[in-house]
Amino acid sequence: MVVFEKPKSLTDAVFHYCPGCTHGIVHRLVAQAIDELGIEGRTIGIAPVGCSVLAYNYFTCDMIEASHGRAPAVATGVKRSLPDKIVFTYQGDGDLASIGMCETIHAAARGENITIIFINNAIYGMTGGQMAPTSLIGQITQTSPYGRDADTQGYPIRVCELLSELDGPAYLERVTVNNVKNVNSARRAIKKAFQNQVEGKGFSLIEVVSSCPTNWGMTPQKALQWIDDKMLPYYPLGVYRDKEG
Amino acid sequence: MAKLTFEEELCKGCGLCVAACPKHLLSLSQHRLNGKGHSPVEIEKPEECIGCAFCATMCPDCVITVEK
Amino acid sequence: MQEKVLMKGNEAIAEAAILAGCRHYFGYPITPQTEVAAYMAKKMPKIGGVFLQAESEIAAINMVYGVASTGKRAMTSSSSPGISLKCEGISYLAGADLPALIVNVQRGGPGLGGIQPSQSDYFLATRGPGHGDFHVIVLAPASVQEMADMTIHGFELADKYRMPAMLLADGTMGQMMEPVTLPEPHDPNLVPKPWATTGTEGKRKHNIVNSLYLSPAELEQLNFQRFDRYKEIEKNETLWEEFQMDDAEICIVSTGITSRVSRNAIVEARRQGIKVGMIRPITLWPFPKAPLLKAADQVHTFISVELNMGQMREDIELAIRCKKPVVPCNRVGGMIPSPDEVLAKIKEANEKGGL
Repeated sequence: MVVFEKPKSLTDAVFHYCPGCTHGIVHRLVAQAIDELGIEGRTIGIAPVGCSVLAYNYFTCDMIEASHGRAPAVATGVKRSLPDKIVFTYQGDGDLASIGMCETIHAAARGENITIIFINNAIYGMTGGQMAPTSLIGQITQTSPYGRDADTQGYPIRVCELLSELDGPAYLERVTVNNVKNVNSARRAIKKAFQNQVEGKGFSLIEVVSSCPTNWGMTPQKALQWIDDKMLPYYPLGVYRDKEG
Repeated sequence: MAKLTFEEELCKGCGLCVAACPKHLLSLSQHRLNGKGHSPVEIEKPEECIGCAFCATMCPDCVITVEK
Repeated sequence: MQEKVLMKGNEAIAEAAILAGCRHYFGYPITPQTEVAAYMAKKMPKIGGVFLQAESEIAAINMVYGVASTGKRAMTSSSSPGISLKCEGISYLAGADLPALIVNVQRGGPGLGGIQPSQSDYFLATRGPGHGDFHVIVLAPASVQEMADMTIHGFELADKYRMPAMLLADGTMGQMMEPVTLPEPHDPNLVPKPWATTGTEGKRKHNIVNSLYLSPAELEQLNFQRFDRYKEIEKNETLWEEFQMDDAEICIVSTGITSRVSRNAIVEARRQGIKVGMIRPITLWPFPKAPLLKAADQVHTFISVELNMGQMREDIELAIRCKKPVVPCNRVGGMIPSPDEVLAKIKEANEKGGL
């Protein structure tokens, strides 16, 4: 009896992600949710610009490549055109919280019935490790080489908390994937975020505190530990909104 | 009895499965490289595997299939 | 026979889009085209369509991109500064070979500019409004009737050739009111779209709407193929109108409101015995090079009357291979030339005789 296998909603394409990158884990959790809910045939995913720009190669459902930050607007167009399809976006911290902050907030404010998977690894991976809106104070990146300085570079943005101020969102949860227990919690949250859309419950966003071993300059294991030590104190796990019905 | 199958060519030698195994059964090969030049995961005492799938849960690359 | 209605240009666009079967409109207020959004806000909910005031012009073009990916007709409208914002999105539409209609009701620029009419986005529209090698079909209406007709035509060409189309109107066209014979409703589903992302239903391999091709060889081939399609469009879809050109010695080239002003000037000039006519481009891309080249053997001077600093003038010179002088008649900032001004240019050209 198979206890664990690769989900059907992932293609045979080999992930291009760095060794130990948590994108791979989260892609699998999304695919597992799609498999379990039986929605692959009516799902349309929207890929961002970032390390996961090639996400359109990894899922077996119809996929759309969006311009940087605009996935929630593209998702709005798709969902308004095909309301009975399941529309999800998969976005990094630059895509969702920097250039795309306006689209993120307004899709949430409108309560668009879509699912957003937000990968927060506090850095811009694809372009070689620059500061993200979610980079921590003191964090050294290519564009904060002396450590992020609040005076000149401001404070990191807590997206779940920010969106929880709006009436529009139905479900906001912050999870992480740095150990088995947390991966399993993340799996449940992601499935719920898709289930909400199936049930027409409204805007659901899961913020996944993730790692970037390459640009953090750490081994994959140390990076997962850094999530516990540095990320979670600033980005506490938990449910930030859960509307009933 | 639990059985692990490894898609070795997908393994990137990241070591997350090694750290996750509660029985410390996994290690990265010291003697072999896969086609991509990574040290793939291997299991020395497969008979001690309890099929918890912690390794597969932490694997970012769907390398491991777990059967019981 | 459809009814004849007195309509404002902006509203004619909106009504025509609905008659073209467009049920998805995304816009943002900006003078002088906000009436398009206002009309859609009222009408779309009544017919089960989607109207959404987006958070920005950028969001609006991306919503259009989303709907277009699903194979349905979608439209956005804006004016010059908002079109600048949309450029990346338009490039993505072109790069992903998606049909859509973008309306630009032009105002004075650059920058925030003014709210009065201009034709100063001619270069932007005709060279390809966005980064990379691409074109959009550009249609330039010169009456409220053409605002309606060209809207439908834009949707049809966009679907036929899998590319964005732009209705490039000057501000006057958007604001003026004229009688319009509304077109018959069109079926928006005549062109099959097997590439659309509508959900696989487990029956086919997944579709990907995308413009990223990391392999240079692949990206080059795609560009070549796209431009092969553009050659077909240049052969088959070029539109223009000729006015009093049979024996003309001077040719005015103008679009939109300035073509109307020029028409008045031509009538008066003819009354004074000057042999002048007009070639009015209706598609700005593809540009009517052939009739202009033919006219270059007949007339001694071209006059380009436009609400910009001399943009279409360059395309005329290229089309006629600089065989004859092309005299500019430019007003900008929202100023519009009077028929007398254009008449003065005609008389000057007549006196010079092409020298």
